[in-house]
Amino acid sequence: MSDNDLNPRRSFLSGFGKFTLSASAIALLAGNEKLALVSEASAQTANNDVTILNSALGAEQQAIAAYQLGAESGLLQKPVLDLAVQFQGHHKQHADVLAKAVAKLGGKPVTPLKDYSFPKDKLKAQADVLAFAASLEKGAVSAYLGAVPILTDRELAKAAASILGDEAMHWAILRQALGQNPVPDAFMS
Amino acid sequence: MKILAMSLAFLTLLASGPTARAADGDAGRGEEIYQRCVACHALAQNRVGPRHCGLFGRKAGTVKGYQYSAAMKKYAVTWDDAALDHFIENPLKVVPGTKMGYAGIKDPQERADLIAYLKKATSDPKTCD
Ligand code: HEC
Repeated sequence: MSDNDLNPRRSFLSGFGKFTLSASAIALLAGNEKLALVSEASAQTANNDVTILNSALGAEQQAIAAYQLGAESGLLQKPVLDLAVQFQGHHKQHADVLAKAVAKLGGKPVTPLKDYSFPKDKLKAQADVLAFAASLEKGAVSAYLGAVPILTDRELAKAAASILGDEAMHWAILRQALGQNPVPDAFMS
Repeated sequence: MKILAMSLAFLTLLASGPTARAADGDAGRGEEIYQRCVACHALAQNRVGPRHCGLFGRKAGTVKGYQYSAAMKKYAVTWDDAALDHFIENPLKVVPGTKMGYAGIKDPQERADLIAYLKKATSDPKTCD
């Protein structure tokens, strides 16, 4: 992995660093009025942030496994194969960031499943693999879209939106490779 | 932003129509809406979330081989249209402590469409054995 790949990630992580500071300052500094009210309700919403991030992490781990299957299937040809490997790399970076965020919030990051029982028998050609990957990307975009407004921490919401943008690009490229309209709608849902 | 909100509200109006009730789901549209679930769910396999085959008439939290949260195991409901409609609108609120970290679907017509699709798809012998 090149430096170019790592640098944006570092700044991404420093974003979470800032978040930790404001979160741990809750009671002490009362820098954030909303969070300073440590009530049961806010404890519940912080829990929800963990739940949301952990579900997203689970989806990222699944995407990593799906691209692995695709890359090893022998069905992907050169330019597409390289893209798949690149996209998988993005998902690994997303998973990394999400796992760290969960841990910083005091949660336990989920671990990848041993077996995703992907429908291997239905993946017989490059197009099948791409369509499958596209469906996972689209699903993940939807999940992040739902998460952005309900994550209580705005830095986390921003991080989710940033990942959403990346995965929407994956989705568009996969659709293009499938010969479909790459950007079929003005809005994601 | 205001224009966006208005046009979305307008679209929602158009989509539901004055007489359409949420109960009349369109399974075709529901299949598209189900795309929002597939980052975590599959019909026939347990993934991040449990498999959906056989959902209707099943008690919450009882798919074999899937590790549910304590909250979902305790959630005393048998999945039917009404229970799904309620849960999918706001999972994190309806089952506090669930590990389904998904915001939910707020539009009643979209939920009705999704449920109409789920009803067919989760009992389709071609996908669900
Ligand atoms: C971000 C991942 C994620 C997304 C997106 C998601 N789910 Fe879930 N779902 C889960 C998880 C995880 C569980 C297990 C919940 C638990 O144990 O608390 C679950 C559980 C469920 C259950 C309970 C099933 C049972 O066996 O009792 C239903 C029903 C359900 N999901 C429907 C949906 C539908 C419909 C959608 C799409 C609108 C959806 N989910 C989207 C992760 C997700």
